[in-house]
Parts: sequence; C-alpha cells; structure tokens
Amino acid sequence: MLDRIRLEPSRFVLHLAVFIIVALWTLPTAGLLVSSLRDKDQIAVSGWWTALSTSEQRSQARTKGKADQVETDGKFVIAGNFFEGAGGHTSLSAWGTIVNKPDANAPGATVEIGEGQTLTVNADGSYVWTNANAFEDDRGRRIFYVSSVPPRFTTENYENVLFSQGIGRAFVNSLTVTIPATIIPILIAAFAAYALAWMKIPGRGFIIAVIVGLLVVPLQMSLIPLLKIYNASGFLSKTYLGIWLAHTGFGLPFAIYLLRSYIAGLPKDLIESAQVDGANDFKIFRRIILPLSFPALASFAIFQFLWVWNDLLVAMVFLGSESDKVVLTFQLNSLLGSRGGNWEILTASAFITIIVPLLVFFSLQRYFVRGLLAGSVKGG
Amino acid sequence: MLGQLLYALVTVVLGVGGCLGYFYVSNLLLDRIFPASASNDAAAVRNLKIQSSVRPWLFLGPALILLTVYLIYPVFQTIWLSFHDKAGTSFVGGANYAWAMNDAQFRQSIFNNFLWLLVVPAACTFFGLIIAVLTDRIWWGPLAKSLIFLPLAISFVGASVIWKFVYDYRGEGQEQIGILNAVVEYFGGSPQVWISTPFWNNFFLMVILIWIQTGFATVILGAALRGVPEDTLEAATIDGAGPFKIFWRIMVPQIMSTIIVVWTTITVLVLKVFDIVLTMTNGQWDTQVLANLMYSWMFTGGGDFGRGAAIAIVIMLAVMPIMIWNIRQASAEQKGGH
Amino acid sequence: MADIKLTNLNKAYGAVHILKDVNLDITSGEFIVFVGPSGCGKSTLLRTICGLENITSGVLEIDNAVVNDVPPSKRGIAMVFQSYALYPHMSVYENIGFALENQGLPRAEIRQKVEKVADMLQLTPYLTRLPKALSGGQRQRVAIGRAIVRGAKVFLFDEPLSNLDAALRVQTRMEIAKLKRGMPNTTMIYVTHDQVEAMTLADRIVVLQAGRVEQVGTPMELYESPANTFVAGFIGSPKMNLITGAPAAAHKAHTLGVRPEHFEVSKTAGAISGTVEYTEVLGSDSFLYVTTPHGLITVREEGRTGFVPGDAIHMSPVAQMTHRFGEDGKRLP
Repeated sequence: MLDRIRLEPSRFVLHLAVFIIVALWTLPTAGLLVSSLRDKDQIAVSGWWTALSTSEQRSQARTKGKADQVETDGKFVIAGNFFEGAGGHTSLSAWGTIVNKPDANAPGATVEIGEGQTLTVNADGSYVWTNANAFEDDRGRRIFYVSSVPPRFTTENYENVLFSQGIGRAFVNSLTVTIPATIIPILIAAFAAYALAWMKIPGRGFIIAVIVGLLVVPLQMSLIPLLKIYNASGFLSKTYLGIWLAHTGFGLPFAIYLLRSYIAGLPKDLIESAQVDGANDFKIFRRIILPLSFPALASFAIFQFLWVWNDLLVAMVFLGSESDKVVLTFQLNSLLGSRGGNWEILTASAFITIIVPLLVFFSLQRYFVRGLLAGSVKGG
Repeated sequence: MLGQLLYALVTVVLGVGGCLGYFYVSNLLLDRIFPASASNDAAAVRNLKIQSSVRPWLFLGPALILLTVYLIYPVFQTIWLSFHDKAGTSFVGGANYAWAMNDAQFRQSIFNNFLWLLVVPAACTFFGLIIAVLTDRIWWGPLAKSLIFLPLAISFVGASVIWKFVYDYRGEGQEQIGILNAVVEYFGGSPQVWISTPFWNNFFLMVILIWIQTGFATVILGAALRGVPEDTLEAATIDGAGPFKIFWRIMVPQIMSTIIVVWTTITVLVLKVFDIVLTMTNGQWDTQVLANLMYSWMFTGGGDFGRGAAIAIVIMLAVMPIMIWNIRQASAEQKGGH
Repeated sequence: MADIKLTNLNKAYGAVHILKDVNLDITSGEFIVFVGPSGCGKSTLLRTICGLENITSGVLEIDNAVVNDVPPSKRGIAMVFQSYALYPHMSVYENIGFALENQGLPRAEIRQKVEKVADMLQLTPYLTRLPKALSGGQRQRVAIGRAIVRGAKVFLFDEPLSNLDAALRVQTRMEIAKLKRGMPNTTMIYVTHDQVEAMTLADRIVVLQAGRVEQVGTPMELYESPANTFVAGFIGSPKMNLITGAPAAAHKAHTLGVRPEHFEVSKTAGAISGTVEYTEVLGSDSFLYVTTPHGLITVREEGRTGFVPGDAIHMSPVAQMTHRFGEDGKRLP
C-alpha cells in the first residue's frame, strides 16, 4: 500500500538502501557462522570475510644443518622440504633470505648467496642448497617466504566444543530446563486465562489489573527474596524443579495476559452452547477452549521457549554453576571468560546456542509474529 | 551422554506430567465428590452449584500461588530488605539508599542507564519505522524483514559473542579479524579498542540491543502502518502533500499509539538489561548499569542483600509510571467491552 | 409435558433493569414468539429461561418445578443460537453428539441417535464435514439437529434466521413450521424482531417493550385488538396510523388507530382531508403518504391508485375497523 508514496529517486536506490540495511543486520551473524567452520589457525590470522580466498601468509623456515649434507659431483648439497607434514595444501609464492624481503625471489629461482653457495626454493616448498665447500653450520639457514594457504573448512570446532568444552552436556541441560519451563506455564496460564475470561469469580477485575501490573515488574525485584526462599527450602535450590517454577512464575503474567485476551475473544455463543449441552467447565476447557486457542498457545509457547532458552540471569541465580546442570548460555558465558581469545571455540559454541532458537523462529515465525502483535498492539 | 539424555527425558516427563496430573486429578475429584448426576435432582443441582463455585479456584489456584510466591511477595520483601543490612537482620533505615547516592559505581550506572534509555528505544523505533516503510515497497521485503527480525531469536549472550567478534581488536600492523577494525583500517584509520574506551563503549554495547530489538519494532510498526486506512493517504495525495509530508503528518500520527507501545516495551527491556553488559565488559571501563550492579552486590563479597535490594527498588521505581499507565489502559479496555 | 410459568420475573444488571415483572404462562406444545424492538429484553428473557442468565427476582417454573437455580443442562431445554454456535473444530457428527457424550451415553447409542437425526434433517452426507464446509442453511440444520438429538422438551430459538439471506429465510421459516408440526408435544420459544416470522410461526405472540410484556395473544388477536398503542404500531405493516385531535375526539378517544388498509378514499369528501405527498406503487397495492393537519397518514389501496402527488384527498375510516385508545395509550372498550 505504501507504493502510493513515490519517492523521486529511482527504485534502484530503494533496493540498494534495503540491501545495505539487511547486510548490516546479517553480517555479524554470518561472520559467526563462517568463522565457526574455519580452520582454527586461519581464524586467528585472517578476517572471516577472506575465508573463501586463498590467504597470503608470511612465514619463515629453517633448512636442515650440516648433518644432512650430501656430497655429489664435488658439491655439497642440502635438500629438503619446508612444508613436510603440512598436508600439501600450502604453496609458496615468493621467498627471500632477508627478513624484510620475503618476496625477493620467485619460486624455482636459483640464487647466489655468496661464498659459492646457491639456493633454490620451489613452489611446493622443496629446496636445494649447494655449496662448493662442506657446510659447517649445525643449524640450517633461515629462509623467509610468502605462502598462500587455500581455504579450509572443517567441523572440528564443533566436535571440539560439543565433546570437550561441555557444550554438548549444556545443550541437553538447556533442553531439560526449557521444555517443562515452556509447557508448565502454558497449562497453568491457559486454565487461569479461561477462568478469568469466562468464569464467575469474585474480584476478577482486580486480579486482572494485578496481572497487568506484574507484566513489567523487573525480575531483579524477585531475585533476592527468592534466593532466600530457595536456600531455605532445600528441594528447590539448584534443582530443575526450582528453575522450572521460577521461569513459570516469571512467565505467567504475560502468558495469562496474552491467552486471556485471546480466549475472551472466542464467541460467547460457543461456550454457552456447550453449557447447555451439559459440559462442565473442565470439559469446555478441554474440548472447546484448548483446540480453538491453538494459535495463541503456539505464540506463547514460542515466546516462552525463546525466553527460557536464551535466559542467563535466572539460570545463574537459581541453577548456579554446578557443572552437571549448567545451561548453554551459562557455559557460553564461562567460555567467554576462560577462552576469550579462542574464537574457534567461542564461535562454534555460540552458534550451537543460537541454532535451536533460529530453527524454532524460522519454522514458526507466523505464530511468533502473531503473538507479538497480540501482545503489543492490542487496545492501541 | 545416553544416561544424561535418559535422565533429562524422565525429568521432563515427570515435570510436565505432574502439572497435567494436578489439573486432571483435582477436577476429577471435584466431579466425584459432588457428582452432577446424583440420584435426586435437588442434590444434583446443589452439587453443580458447589462445583461451579469451587472449580474457578482449581483453575486459577496454581497461577495465583505462583504469582504470589514469585512476584508479589518478593516485591514487598525486597522493599523490606532494602531498609535492612547485608544479611537482612537489622534495620538500617535509609542507609542503603544513602550509600547508593554517594557510590561512584551507582552514579555511573544511573548515568549509563539514562543514556541507554535515551538512545535504545529511540533508535529501535526510528530504524523500525524506516525499515517497515522501505521493506513494504519492494518484492523481497518479507525476506528482508525476516533477516532483520532474526536477531530477536538470539540470546543476549550469543549476541555478545557475535559482537565481540565484530569489535575484536589487534594491534596496529597486525591483520584485523574484527570486521569493524578491518573497515576502519581499510579507510585509512587506526584500529580502536572499542569496548574499553570509556563513554563511547556504552554506545557500542547499545548497538547490540538495537540490533536485537529493531526487528521487533519493525514488525509491530509495519503491521500498524498497514492498518492505516488507504483513503486517508489518497486524500492527502489529492490535497497535494508530498511523500515525506504524508509520512510525517498522515501516517505517523495515526500509528502514534503503537509507537508508544513499542517505545515503552523497549524501555522496560532496557531498564532490565543485564546479560549484554555482564558478558561484554562486566561493568568495567565505565559501562556499569543498574541490573548488573545489583547482580554484583548480590553475589560478590559474600553478598549484600540490603544494597542489592535498594538497587532493585530503584529499577522498580523507574518502571512504575509505565506499570500504572498499563493498568489504566487495561481497565479502560475492560470497561469498554468484554 | 413442559409447561413453563414465569411469575413476577425481574432481571437487573446493577442499576439497569432489563426485565420488569414478567408474568407468562406457556402451555406444553405451544409455539411462542417473543417480539419487540431491539433492546426490549426479549433475548434476555429467553436466556433467563435457558439458564444462561440469573434471575434477579421472581419465579421460573418448568413442569411445576422451580428451576431458578438449575443449570441449563438440567432444565430439559435446547437452544439454537443466533450464530448457531457450531463448534468449529468438530465435525457435524461430533457437534450433534456432543451433548449425548456429556450425558455419558455409550458410543453405540450416540451413533444411532445422531444418525437418526441426521437422516431426518438430510445431513447424512455431511456428517464428517467441519461446519466451515457447510452452507448457511446446512449449518442451521445442524444447529437444530443438536437440539433435537437431546430429546429436549423445550426448544429455544434466538433469532435463528437473521444470518440467512432473504430467500433462504422464507424457506427455513417453513421448515421450522414443519418441524414444529412434527413435534406437537415440544414447547418452542422463538425470539425475533421480524413481525412476519412472528405472525407466521406463532401460536401466541408475546410483545415486549423496555422489559415489560405489552400483550400476549394469538397473531390475529394482536392484529385485531391490540391492547395499546405500542402493540398497535408494532404489529402490521405498514404501521397503523395513530391519529390524535379532532378525528379521534369524534370517536370519543384520545388516539384513533386506523390501519392503512382500513380507509375509504375519495377525491371529493371524507372525514379527514389532506394532500398526497408521495406514492409508492408496488403492483398488488399502492401506498399513499398524505399530509393532514393531524400528521402524516399512510393509506393502502389495492392495485393501482388514481392519485398523484399534490392531489387533494379525503379519507374515511372503515366502520368497525377503528381502534380507540385512551390518554394512557390503553385500548378503550
């Protein structure tokens, strides 16, 4: 409908503008994904945006020493390969004998290096060093070279973090926390929402007002008193039950608010008809309300799932750092502290923590958006 | 691993089953104790009346109990604790608040929170509006919107890793692997240590939240824009208004209530922002905010619940106006109709 | 057997008084229609009988038992809602069988009863469909089927035809009349604002206004001797002319009621004189709208009319066909 407003600059500018915005928004995530799949040595030395191109690397190597010299045709020769054991992917593009000029000579060139010595270095890293007299140095000679490293992608980082960095276990813990912490509040909120929408309850208006007020109460208000209760109770402290209930309690105001406005909007006739048909409220709830509220239930489920899965604060306070119950966000945060420079670990771990929300998000975006709209635009 | 999976599965089934079981059994008991199909009609009618006065509380009970334990009671308890010492045993009057007023960290947090409040909601709403308008006019708009919306699904911790990587710093002369410094170098600048340069680093942290929340604003505002009656735009065109005038004078005023909702929602979120600061800087380099400061006081040095509670109360006071406004809106709506 | 007796029934929402001292005796097997303008309380009255609304004061008896506090499902009634209230996620079969399922009947018995009703209403081919896959008329029949299957003694209809288009409405009206003939012992109460439905379907009509019963009687009683000016004006189309002033005084009444069809018109002389303002020629009859010193009067002539707008006209009420009302609006003997 906004087609009606024609900005004068051509459509091209519009497309370009949107493209730039989208690029800005997606690049950070793309960087993470690309990096998590790169070879860990390459992550450290070149930007992820160069991942597809062959990277130039300046390095140095040392030839073998006098022990390896061979005498042939009156000349003494030391031969070898700098890339031995490197897998054969690397290739040398220039080389030199002075640290400042690693690109002085082309591969394959034979260079006089004084005192009757010549040196040849080939692209595959092999070299031949000849001398009219016998070599006397124990250590070889330092050579500086520029090599090009082809792109290398690998899932090693993922294997590493899943099995050695505790991410795999944290993943299962996250599921253990998230699934009940999503389903329990839905159930409790749906029953409450139905009661508040359709049943005769003294003080109904007051209860609804309180719930709306609780919508914005900061979590921080609850932390200290709850921590005290939890520590005193024993069976809640650092247990799954404790964190399920915490997430349920914190999620309820929004859940009840969202579901109540949906359920209250169902046709009154349907509920009355069921009453005349002799169904009690429990049956009406199961047979009429639940099936018809599916869109709203799905919306809230996605919200709560994302919220719980992505939560760090509640998990830190109520589940603590015992390694057998640590969730993904917590583990990622610890890795950020302990492995701050190991980007191969951080990027792969981060990607594992965000993959589930992304999948949920993409497959159920419709319900998610609908829930967002119901939660915010209503009554506007 | 398998054992852990099995344990997780059993735990999940027990948790969900317990909740289902409560509703099923309690309602079944009610139907059994006061049967609706009692032999004589008068008894059946009486039982049905009892059922319909008890059942709402079976439905509402768990929610009310959880809300009370997890939100209502803690609010009062936190108020109480904020007037007590670190262990919550002896009354100290306003000492915790007095301490806060004079504490450099607290003042820094207030200042930073204020900055966040000023910048983030405004930026999200602004970008949201622009993107909603632009993407509505091109064929691949929905895809563009999805991609901008996507960060909303990412955790703050995950987002922090993503952006820490963007802000990564290597000394001059070394190859930059953080894209921001690489771009700066490409244009001839010298690389910066973005997240530990006081004052400006606040904005680099805000960028993360803006990146996450703009999608939210886009979706909500986009829907509202689509709800603007088209004939008002046509009328404005006939009246000779240009596109910018139509946007600012016709469209924006009509979606003002939605803009306010988006603004306040993000405002509440900003007041509670915690994860980003914790993971990016943990409040170092002058980036402290209230929520993180409170967390520190809860746990560091054995914990000081009095001071922590006082900080929580400050956050609560900040959201109070929004809360009151919400309640008013909701009760007005209730009176207006069902 | 299902006599319904309402004694001094009142219904109020806070300060708003919806039903005021309603007294009504309905005999078993009657077809009763509640009519009245919107907001008169007719739907509320129906819902009170159903049990969906509480009674504020007064007594409601079904079969000589006070049922004020009995929930709807225990009153032996069935209700057809204006929107039909079909459960959108259940098939036609489940919709019809839902009430039986709630009664705890065995599956086989439910099946047998549902199939019998479906057969009776020609719904058999649609049993597995969802309501959204049905036409308006079919949905209507499912709603009625739900009522029939329960074997209720009393059927309540809340404006059941208002969602249908004009042609289907006439057809369904006839089907409801036929349905009633097939169930002579079932009491039916039907709410409508359409007087044609009221006149054609009812054994007796209850006219309501502002929460009060204005008159109860057979359709012809209401037409021939309306109890007050409200009923007089409400029943019959076009409306009865209610004339005050000299012509009424001539009949020793405060208000004289004459139906448009009960005038003799003349171009030369008559009791009331006026000017034709406007004419509507429908073929079978013609309506003349006449301005007179006593207000606008509507006259119906059979076939074509000889008058055109602007003509002078003289009208005389047909003897024995006038209705006299006193100052309080009540009919004078």
